[in-house]
Amino acid sequence: MALLEIRDVVKTFGDFTAVNHVSLSVEAGEFFTLLGPSGCGKTTLLRMLAGFEQPDSGEILLDGKNMAGVPPEKRPVHTVFQSYALFPHMTVAQNIAFPLKMAGVAAAEIPKRVNKVLEDVRLQQFARRYPHELSGGQRQRVAIARALVNRPRLLLLDEPLSALDAKLREQMQIELINLQKEVGITFVYVTHDQGEALALSHRIAVMNSGQVEQLDAPETIYSYPKSRFVADFIGQCNLLDATIVEIGSERMKVEIAGVGVAEALPVAGAQIGGKGTLTLRPEKIKLGAALPADDANEVHFKGKVHDCLYLGDVTIYMVELDNGMLVETMLPNSASGKAKFFDDDDLVELAWRYDAGHFVLA
Amino acid sequence: MNNRLAKWLISGPPLLYLLLFFAIPSAIMAFAAFRFPGDYGGLLPLVEVNPETGAREVLINFGNYADFLTWENFQRFFEEPIYIELFLKSFWYAGITTGVCIVLAYPLAWLIARSSKKTRDLLVLMVILPFWSNFLIRVYAWMIILGPQSYFSQVLNRVLAVFGIEPVSLLFSQFAVIIGLVYVHLPFMVLPLYANLEKHDMALLDAAQDLGANAWQRFWKVTWPLSLPGVWAGTALVFIPALGMFAIPDLLGGTNSMMIGNLIKQQFLDSRDWPFGSVLSIMLTLSVLLMAAIAAWAGSRGKAKK
Repeated sequence: MALLEIRDVVKTFGDFTAVNHVSLSVEAGEFFTLLGPSGCGKTTLLRMLAGFEQPDSGEILLDGKNMAGVPPEKRPVHTVFQSYALFPHMTVAQNIAFPLKMAGVAAAEIPKRVNKVLEDVRLQQFARRYPHELSGGQRQRVAIARALVNRPRLLLLDEPLSALDAKLREQMQIELINLQKEVGITFVYVTHDQGEALALSHRIAVMNSGQVEQLDAPETIYSYPKSRFVADFIGQCNLLDATIVEIGSERMKVEIAGVGVAEALPVAGAQIGGKGTLTLRPEKIKLGAALPADDANEVHFKGKVHDCLYLGDVTIYMVELDNGMLVETMLPNSASGKAKFFDDDDLVELAWRYDAGHFVLA
Repeated sequence: MNNRLAKWLISGPPLLYLLLFFAIPSAIMAFAAFRFPGDYGGLLPLVEVNPETGAREVLINFGNYADFLTWENFQRFFEEPIYIELFLKSFWYAGITTGVCIVLAYPLAWLIARSSKKTRDLLVLMVILPFWSNFLIRVYAWMIILGPQSYFSQVLNRVLAVFGIEPVSLLFSQFAVIIGLVYVHLPFMVLPLYANLEKHDMALLDAAQDLGANAWQRFWKVTWPLSLPGVWAGTALVFIPALGMFAIPDLLGGTNSMMIGNLIKQQFLDSRDWPFGSVLSIMLTLSVLLMAAIAAWAGSRGKAKK
């Protein structure tokens, strides 16, 4: 049985439905992420798990126990808040001891437990400092240590890295993964940052307008988005409107209006004439001045470079097809001593395999 | 423009004001505490106008200063227990007033701080509103409210009669003095507390609750310690003025509700014993300073212990 089960939960605020019939389950030891744009309901869902909000209908079960009516202080669930919410009048050690004291842990036991968790987050030498004497990353670690110290069944993290700068964020991501492996506590992580979600999670629930659009492993979500929204929200993606013209057992043919026929993997529910979107990641498109046309698994299109964005490790090329449609592609700048391969207005050829893209029915 | 000149131009007028109306009068008062009272009140003069020549003559010199300066006024203060007792009673009144103000003002300040922006402004206005009418008029209003003819007194005494308790006289009692002191000083407790509580980060209470604290623990472990600067500010604004108050005990108090303020006023205006009035004023100032020092010391100790 799953550690956490959310069954058909609905939450409305006035006319606004924040969470709309969400059902999902989280296994013990999982790093689970709720991902979505602001207002998608992920934070409301998190607050219902913490107990700050009660669902209008549906139920939340933790270890098989219905959490309805259980106040936050009585739940074996702790939260790492976006603002960290460290107590400014307490030292690091006092902050971390707080949940232990509230839980009635024996006074002699507390320093041992505090030291252990300080060690886990590598902050032993900061135990006597006050929060305002710490850097952003250190405060973050104190907040995590405080929420972990009496080993909750579930740790909720509400956009915990959003206040940190990019470099520190990456470092904290690695620390979070390691920490979660080490302590073995189930993490439910809320973020609007798709990169963070992909990097950290075992599974991701992509939310939009109060509903779960897709719940899968990161690589599945990235490669096989179930909806146009998911494809668009996660990473960079070309969204090509297309119509199904032929369906086979291994592959199907779709017509991209004004461009030509491409191939894609067949999808459930496909019908001849069915409209949808061919989602195509930039890095899965081949780009060259002239590409050999010897692979029957590939389709080829011609175009010219419209813009290039030089990013150092890679360059993004916006290629204009004959009908004016822009397709985003990218190439690693792998040639030695060369800044990039193409310039604006260079004539180029695009190619992609039938299984590079993923067709989403409208 | 010269930076130092600018500094002096800006800070000069207030400094001058403080010198003229605070430092110099305080020095005069401190000096007066060591002088003798004059034959008809006031101070025994140190300078005399010669009636024949019209010239001013300084009477005090190194040989006869003992005729003009004395410790007697201070001796009197410490030797007669009634004055120390009066001090202690005044501290007691001011302390009770401060305590009652904290208990009453805290929930009110909390309520204001947690209201919506619009209601908040309205509530703050209502707290300040009494200042728009004269202090004495408001105290006279209390004389009417607490007087034996008021509805309040009559209803109260009828309720007491049901329980077989003798009618009480509310006015001219210690109770009336405390009511008056609390009433007048309450806004000075509400405002600093509100200013403090309004800045509290609500996420801290969420965090405390999330980490297992019940409502009482959330208040006692988070809100209360973080509000202490507001409590101290309010205490200073209530305790010190309440300690020196004389109008309220005069108007609302009975014969046994005199405070230091009344005694000081009596010495200067009725007995015309300026030296002893000065001694009382100095002792009042010193005791307040001593209390502030103890509070600061306790505060720094508390912090170091953490």
